[in-house]
Amino acid sequence: MIIRFLKLEWKEFFRSASFGKSLALKIIMAFFAIYLLVSFLSIGVFAYPFLKKQFPETDPFVLVNQFLIFLIIVDLIFRYLMQKIPVMSIKPMLILPIKKSKLVNYVLTKSIFSFFNVSSLVLYVPFAVVLIANGYNVAGVLGWTFFIFMLALCLNFINFLINKNNVAFGILLVVLAALWFSFKYQLFDVTSVFGNIFYAIYETPVLAVVGMVLAGVLYYMNFRELSKIIYLDKAVQTEEKEVKTSDLSFVNKLGDVAPFIKNDMRLIWRNKRTKTVFLMSFVFLLFGLMFFTMETYKDSEVMQLYACIFMTGGFALNYGQFIPAWDSEHYRMFMSQNFSYRKFLESKWYLMTVMTTVLFVLCTPYIYFGIQKYLLIVAGFFFNLGFTPLIMLFMGAFNKKRIDLSASGFGNTQGTSAAQFIVIIPVMIMPIIVYAIINKVFGFNAAVIAIAVIGVISFLLKKPIMNFIEGMYQKKKYATIHGFKQKD
Amino acid sequence: MITINNITKKYGSTQVLNIEELEIPRGQSFGLVGNNGAGKTTLFNLLLDLIRPTSGKINNHDVQVNTSEDWKNFTGSFIDESFLIGYLTPQEYFEFIGDLRGMNKEDIKTFLNQFEEFFNGEILGKKKYLRDLSKGNQKKAGIVAAMMGNPQVVILDEPFANLDPTTQIRLKNIIKKLTEDRDITVLVSSHDLSHVTEVCERIVVLDKGDVVKDIETSPETLQELESYFSA
Repeated sequence: MIIRFLKLEWKEFFRSASFGKSLALKIIMAFFAIYLLVSFLSIGVFAYPFLKKQFPETDPFVLVNQFLIFLIIVDLIFRYLMQKIPVMSIKPMLILPIKKSKLVNYVLTKSIFSFFNVSSLVLYVPFAVVLIANGYNVAGVLGWTFFIFMLALCLNFINFLINKNNVAFGILLVVLAALWFSFKYQLFDVTSVFGNIFYAIYETPVLAVVGMVLAGVLYYMNFRELSKIIYLDKAVQTEEKEVKTSDLSFVNKLGDVAPFIKNDMRLIWRNKRTKTVFLMSFVFLLFGLMFFTMETYKDSEVMQLYACIFMTGGFALNYGQFIPAWDSEHYRMFMSQNFSYRKFLESKWYLMTVMTTVLFVLCTPYIYFGIQKYLLIVAGFFFNLGFTPLIMLFMGAFNKKRIDLSASGFGNTQGTSAAQFIVIIPVMIMPIIVYAIINKVFGFNAAVIAIAVIGVISFLLKKPIMNFIEGMYQKKKYATIHGFKQKD
Repeated sequence: MITINNITKKYGSTQVLNIEELEIPRGQSFGLVGNNGAGKTTLFNLLLDLIRPTSGKINNHDVQVNTSEDWKNFTGSFIDESFLIGYLTPQEYFEFIGDLRGMNKEDIKTFLNQFEEFFNGEILGKKKYLRDLSKGNQKKAGIVAAMMGNPQVVILDEPFANLDPTTQIRLKNIIKKLTEDRDITVLVSSHDLSHVTEVCERIVVLDKGDVVKDIETSPETLQELESYFSA
């Protein structure tokens, strides 16, 4: 039976929507996965020599044990945010002659192979190997590693028990903060208390069994809990939240485009992926802190310009690159309504320019880093105000990949095609080249002005450019409708 | 009046629709039946300019649909749930469509009041997004939205499917009322022969893209259709 389940699992993975993507994307995803695993692996391998070099007077293993508790809590927080019990996959099996206990066991066993648990193995096993190579007690290290892995499984099951409970999450954050403060201000000796516990496992490896017992108990608790709730109206049910509507009538002042803008605002706020895009654009604001202060970038104005374009353009770039695919689910309805493409495109344009302006205003504190840096931001702002939205709308005419709005936000690449990669050239590479050349020949001021001028000219030419873009969309209408209908 | 001239649609070498001549006079209630793959939805998609004809043309009130967009002003339609905007509440959706169709808040309110019975208290004020409604309730919202803004032509693809019996009966009354004044043309496709014969005065049967029957509805029509489809 388990074999049969695993076969289904295999098919689910290889036939899933995300797997049917273009080859280029698959390769990029594979690289990313390999990158993550290699990072964990190298942390595992190099942690020991690194710590030894940095803190020669303490035993690196003791040091790791002392801070392990923080790592564990952070792990749990990440799991809380990203890991979900894979219970939906058993819905079609509920009516088949399979015992419920078997289904529950299957779901729980399956969760053991999640990315989180595997990555902790990739992290700790090489570390253990290095320890043994450095003459640590073999049995002790093995016991310790086993214990840590069991702890990872405990976290796995605790996370399911917490099951998106906000109170539990709050407690977690408080515990983390409390531990950190008591460490920072030496209220009580957090590191040595927990360090001693983990070190004790190394000294008496038999104690590792405690971890296994703990994991077993948690497994059983999950089993009981889940057995009670695998019904269609309990666990095996997609969430339905009660809707909160907000009054957006202030948008009506914008006239013709108002219905679309209202729609877009709701689109952004009510769907996970668009919401992520929206919130991430504020995170990009922090780019400046990184690029203006870090040694590596401090003197590279080209890199700083790149950062500046991202800071004010975060929204226009990330939201704009998928226009009009955000509306792919109901695109056919749009196309049978009596409105002109122009209003539809115009509303997107408004949204991008308004957000760019808001982000620019939020950039004001960067004046602190000097007028020169701020001028870069201003140049980036003009560029993003005039040029970026138009190029995004233009490239949008080539978007034909459907986006399912109900799908998750993080790391979701649905709707990505060559267009998203090509657009990097005009918005990221072009300004940097222009800047570099003019800076070399005429100096900083001229270069900054040139970037801003690109934006201003595009802004002034908006009308004819929009006419052209509108024509493009119209010409590609049928192909777009066809493309958006294809669920991958 | 809708006129269809020599319309064909091919995908590769397979022909999915081939209609030489079809005329639907203003005010007619027009029913389209046929098995899966007969070309019903293809015809509706062509009428709405959502796909391009391989040859031929369709005129909707003297507007050729794939060269001008003016037909959109007087044509309302509901093909499937992709015509809904999933992340809106029904109320917001009606306001959006109403906005596009030049209705103000008051117009929308009066318009929706007529459908109180049809909605059966399951659509408005429910604090749910359209994507979370049941299939039947989604359909109700879509059908009503297709009738917003005084359209001259209403196109409904399989409107009876997924509706509960009470709502099916109410929908039949609504369609009958629409065509009462012989002003609004209603095009309906359906797999349910009895419904379609009840509300439509004319029924066209499609088979593999061809018009095989064009009947003016009479008391015998249902039987005729049943014997055709059971053959």
